[in-house]
Amino acid sequence: MRRFRGALASAAALLVVATACSTDDSVDDPPASGDNQSEAGSDTDWFVQEDFDRQDEQRSATFEGDPSKPYLQYIDGEMTDTSKFKVNGPQKVCFANASISNPWRQTGWITMNQQLKVLQDKGVISEMETRDAQDDDNTQLSDIDYFIKEANCDAFVISPNSTAAMTPAVEDACKTGKPVVVFDRGVETDCATTFIHPIGGYAWGIDTANFLVDHLEEGDHVVALRILPGVDVLETRWAAAKKIFDENGIDATDYFTGADPTKIKEIITDELTKGEVDGVWMDAGDGAVAAIEAFEDQGVDYPVITGEDEMSFLRKWKETGLTGLAPVYSNFQWRTPLLALEKIFKGEPVPKEWVLPQVPITEDERDEFLEANEGMPDGHYAKFGGEDLPGYPEVWQERRIP
Amino acid sequence: MSAPVETRPHREIPAHQGGLGYRFAAAVATPGGAVFLLAIGLLVATMVANENFADPGVVVRFLGRTAPIAIAAMGQYFVIVSGEFDLSMAAVVTTQVVMAGNLIGQDEGRIVPVTCLMLLVGAGIGLVNGLATTILRVPSFIVTLGTMLALAGLVRYLTGGAATGNPVDSFREIGRGGIEDVPVVEVLPYPLLIFLALAVYAQWLMRRPFGRSLIAAGDNPNAATLSGTPLWWVKTRAFILSSLSATIAGIILVGYAGVHPKVGEGYEFAAITAVVLGGVLLGGGRGWVLSAACGAFALELLFTLLTVLDVESTWRDTVQGLIIIAAVAVAGRAWTVGRKPRGGRGARRTEPLGSTTNQPTQGPITGDN
Repeated sequence: MRRFRGALASAAALLVVATACSTDDSVDDPPASGDNQSEAGSDTDWFVQEDFDRQDEQRSATFEGDPSKPYLQYIDGEMTDTSKFKVNGPQKVCFANASISNPWRQTGWITMNQQLKVLQDKGVISEMETRDAQDDDNTQLSDIDYFIKEANCDAFVISPNSTAAMTPAVEDACKTGKPVVVFDRGVETDCATTFIHPIGGYAWGIDTANFLVDHLEEGDHVVALRILPGVDVLETRWAAAKKIFDENGIDATDYFTGADPTKIKEIITDELTKGEVDGVWMDAGDGAVAAIEAFEDQGVDYPVITGEDEMSFLRKWKETGLTGLAPVYSNFQWRTPLLALEKIFKGEPVPKEWVLPQVPITEDERDEFLEANEGMPDGHYAKFGGEDLPGYPEVWQERRIP
Repeated sequence: MSAPVETRPHREIPAHQGGLGYRFAAAVATPGGAVFLLAIGLLVATMVANENFADPGVVVRFLGRTAPIAIAAMGQYFVIVSGEFDLSMAAVVTTQVVMAGNLIGQDEGRIVPVTCLMLLVGAGIGLVNGLATTILRVPSFIVTLGTMLALAGLVRYLTGGAATGNPVDSFREIGRGGIEDVPVVEVLPYPLLIFLALAVYAQWLMRRPFGRSLIAAGDNPNAATLSGTPLWWVKTRAFILSSLSATIAGIILVGYAGVHPKVGEGYEFAAITAVVLGGVLLGGGRGWVLSAACGAFALELLFTLLTVLDVESTWRDTVQGLIIIAAVAVAGRAWTVGRKPRGGRGARRTEPLGSTTNQPTQGPITGDN
């Protein structure tokens, strides 16, 4: 048997050599394909201490504006002068969307469309033409190209599919001299009129990892479930969490799940067979229920778990009484781009980098959010921020996707 | 069917030579047999790497959760052995998962009618695949790719690409539960029982005229037609079986994992890989249905072994891919070894001829027609 293991080990070593060589191939990829980030798979490439520290501070920063309208709050900083964009009458907005392929984006998309109705009624926006890139960089590049050349847009809203690949397209949009609003995932240019996003991935990682560290002991084992590599907002969540786990002697094993609950359940089951699992960390809560069910099926104690403000997780959390935290990647940010355009069309200044609040839901607040969102489907996000929009709550309850 | 007496009437086919022990060894030496050794090897390796996996309860649970992919692999086997492909499998699984979530919801009374509807939809998709392949003569690769896209689009349209909610728990028991308090193994998962029943059924089916014609259709469609096989109907039935197996896999997966549009993702390739790993010839005409199922277990064991060995998440796919290629390459060699007749003059020289005339169309284990 030892010989067999030896053979296995040497086979694995061979594979390691083989794969190490093969990653060089990605250099041949055209720069626009978006795969050029994949070689930066190791955590250090996604970790920038400066960003970590800034976001760590921003977690306790004071936000300007009315706290009852978190989608309009921002951290005081550089403002963009938009007087040159001042116009009268309804404008046509063009929206290049990365995708609506996960419940978070769906919820936001519904909210955005209800916000659009309000602004159409107010005569701010005439119409919004949307192209869905279906998670494909190349599709989004051609979508933006079409908007610039043929769609007669008065303003652009871009939710980039990936960071590096969309940078040139956003720059092209800026060159048209019309307002460009980027939100959610970032790009490597600051030419946009405003870049809207919650505090960020590091803050998520810090909130969640600190929570796990507080509730676990040194040497405890955490399984980290990650959706996919190469997306900045997800990579930075893990980079920050990993750093904190390492510093506090938490043993964390990470997996890519593609958000497939079958995979999540299999991974947890295998990890439980291997040994104890004291905590579960997720870079997005989609699939948290499957992870919790794996513990139930094995008949072992619930772990300490960080999910997300998705209803399915909040409900399961309450039902099981486990120790948990729901970090929030503020879904209400989907309202902000259109509201930003309203300001821009009026010539009012907007923050150059519009940092929205990002506050996790703790156990104390959980029931309040469950009550407020009663009747919402499992894929709904508690902090969707559309309570004052027309169609509430039916549109979100029935999940009418435009 | 092959006619072993055509050219060399006096030579026995290899599978019929020697005693039981020899025949067993010969069977293991074919890819269809070798996959069982591979699976056992992987299982032992996993157990050695972490002794907790040696617990019978753990093994049975593992078999239970692997049941849906094994069922899908058996379905894919029917199509592949007849010389076609079914790429629509994953999309069928996802469609059924979403249907179960949306149509059953929290209403127990709907379980039976919706399950019937799901089976009907499954059979319908298979029928379309089969007829388009055989009557319209569109290559199955393209037909099923088309069905895949059509279904994926439909799911996207219905759900917008995200989960709505799980069906009622009693329905999910099919994939989540099992018979409790069983001695030694603690629990017998329902998925495993479903798999075992289907495996017996599939094996029986392959011994029926239908199974024989199916292999003949994959081996030599012209000969099969000339000998009176209704090619279109045989192949269409294979597609229906494939879609139905995907449907059953879907029903189990809704229970196991819950509703999510990602459930079933990659199933078509996992099933095809399992079938090839099971030594079934791509292009058809050769292979054993239970080897395909065993291929699925071997594949899943490989994934588990990588987890046990703590292979870095960033590498896993690469490592998996390379091991699969290596395994299939080794299995391919096994065919040449396995079909070598014992002794006999000029055995090596007559190999090419022997491979078409002397080889039973299934692995020697079942080759005693």
